[in-house]
Amino acid sequence: MSEAREAILARIRSALHDVPPSEQPQDSPVKRDYLTQGSTERAQLIERFTDRLVDYKAKVRHVSAEELAAAIAQSCAEHGVKRLVVPSDLPQSWWPSDVEILVDRDFSLSYDELDRSDGVLTACAIGVAQTGTIILDSGEAQGRRAISLVPDYHLCVVRADQIVDLVPEAVSNLRSAVLDHRRPITFISGPSATSDIELNRVEGVHGPRTLEVLIVVS
Amino acid sequence: MRPNSVVIELTPKFEKAAKQALENTQLRRNMGKATQTIRAKRAAVVGELPDWQALREAGRAIKERTLRHLDHYLLQLEESVKRAGGHVHWARDASEANRIITNIVRVHQAREVIKIKSLTTDEIRLNKALKEAGITATETDLAELIIQLAGEHSSHILVPAIHKNRSEIRELFMRTLGVKELSDNPKDLAAAARAYLRHKFLTTPVAISGANFAIAESGTIGIVESEGNGRMCLTLPKVLISVMGIEKILPTWQDLEVFLQLLPRSSTGERMNPYTSFWTGVTRDDGPQEFHLVLLDNGRSQVLADEIGRQTLNCIRCSACLNICPVYERTGGHAYGSVYPGPIGAILTPQLVGVEHASSLPYASSLCGACYEVCPVKINIPEVLVHLRAKVVREKQDHGGLKGKLDPENLAMQAMSRMFSNRVAYEAAQRMGQKGQWPMVKDGYITSLPGLLGGWTAMRDLQALPQETFRDWWRKRKKQEEKASE
Ligand code: SF4
Repeated sequence: MSEAREAILARIRSALHDVPPSEQPQDSPVKRDYLTQGSTERAQLIERFTDRLVDYKAKVRHVSAEELAAAIAQSCAEHGVKRLVVPSDLPQSWWPSDVEILVDRDFSLSYDELDRSDGVLTACAIGVAQTGTIILDSGEAQGRRAISLVPDYHLCVVRADQIVDLVPEAVSNLRSAVLDHRRPITFISGPSATSDIELNRVEGVHGPRTLEVLIVVS
Repeated sequence: MRPNSVVIELTPKFEKAAKQALENTQLRRNMGKATQTIRAKRAAVVGELPDWQALREAGRAIKERTLRHLDHYLLQLEESVKRAGGHVHWARDASEANRIITNIVRVHQAREVIKIKSLTTDEIRLNKALKEAGITATETDLAELIIQLAGEHSSHILVPAIHKNRSEIRELFMRTLGVKELSDNPKDLAAAARAYLRHKFLTTPVAISGANFAIAESGTIGIVESEGNGRMCLTLPKVLISVMGIEKILPTWQDLEVFLQLLPRSSTGERMNPYTSFWTGVTRDDGPQEFHLVLLDNGRSQVLADEIGRQTLNCIRCSACLNICPVYERTGGHAYGSVYPGPIGAILTPQLVGVEHASSLPYASSLCGACYEVCPVKINIPEVLVHLRAKVVREKQDHGGLKGKLDPENLAMQAMSRMFSNRVAYEAAQRMGQKGQWPMVKDGYITSLPGLLGGWTAMRDLQALPQETFRDWWRKRKKQEEKASE
């Protein structure tokens, strides 16, 4: 083992001279008496999620399951999307016609191809109402991270039953994806933004400059 | 043994630097506007959470547990990262960390790397070390890019280019990025940076980042950001190197439920920052296929050894204490002359480099206590400041003969430090102050230590505004903000 490792560990152990050797980590108390479970009704949850997304300047529409395909096609048309990136396991019924579909089959799309596309369509893992956050966990119909990052327009489909109220609920739902599957996780709360110039908020820096969310309500 | 990295040449006397900063009116205007805006936003989103105090307490307690068992958690983290396909390196100090990183870059024969803003890499002066090795490091945060192109140091943990206005940035971009036509509209300026950096993101093979969180049980690293340059650096290059201070560790994934609430609300005043990325080692076909984690001590184990100073390592670098600090607002970050400015810098830097090398920094505060109130992990900054002042005085005494020993400042500081060293006594003093029974405490804040603080008195003379005492100004500022937030 490296010399530095042993030295640092020795320094730490001697620095912690006041911690009794018998003390276990869990002996150092952590009270978790903050909220871990929301109590909001589903309809209100969807409303709050929507409000917060709009607050971040994301575009949001509510659609029924039957309307979804048409809504996707409409969004693509409105944004002039001609070449649309999709993960390979995205339902084919979502594919808009009149648009060239770039399927990321076996992760084969190059960065250049992603860069030259007009947008990307994905599902998501979780929506968080409290913060207006969309969470991708590289699971079903989400694809690898690069495809939802490089294109300039991200169209994301959220099912109403994927929306939770609070951040702790989302963290807890992700546990298995992280601990059992080691999947990368991305939290998205509105399009990228900077306030670096005189604290003026500019939406859209390096990620997709436009984020559009379709919430599928039943 | 002292780490030699947070270099002394970077730590001029606070008083002198602050005077220069105060004379720069542009800086003062920008700082004022910036800190005011962030303060109001923070207050609003913190006010939204009924359980904010419970979250703060949990944050503090999780950090305390982590620090009391840091060796255990570091070993667990090392094992988790390795199991997930990552490499772990240990660095005692800055030069060791820089050597490790430079070697990794060299192995890949890369001449250029892209970077995500990271105070830790600033602390070890990584860019300079890379440059000496013939490697160009391109900063990808807009503000950092501005700073880098201008060849300056950052003035604020979170908005490093706060001292530059739009026309200065426009002029800089036209001069350095080869842009011919450019307005001073922030949107156009951001677009110019996007165009410049995009090619680098798509082609540079190695990225270097810091880390906001590292989860011991899973080996997961987290980065919180706004612009998307973080996601770019964490996703597109083949090789990723993350440098983290050993205190950034959290025991469990669940702990993030606390910190993902505390950090964004405290730092940018948002319910959630635009992007947060988590990755665990290497994922096949997704993101970098080689991952290195560098664990940096560089003085931290020394901070850990001080039972009062230890809480400094709770810090999650949110910068709330900077934005609330009247001294910081009036002097700007450059005045602190260290990588970590503001109240946190005033306690962290002297502990990392040793008080004898930054002896004026613990005096760069009025001890008003506002920083403690906003700190999401409940670092009692005034307590640590007073403790460090006592150390400075002791240091002087040890090297100043009998005169030093009988110095009234020294004697009074010792008494104060005894009081502050005890949380209960300190809180009792605050309560007494609220009832007007304690001479140094007004309105619930520790306001001044009468006649004691030579360093601070000198500062106060420098920074009095015409016809307005510091106290009046502070009170007025508070009132205005209360009104604004109604
Ligand atoms: S000391 Fe507290 S308030 Fe200041 S940056 Fe650190 S965590 Fe934030």
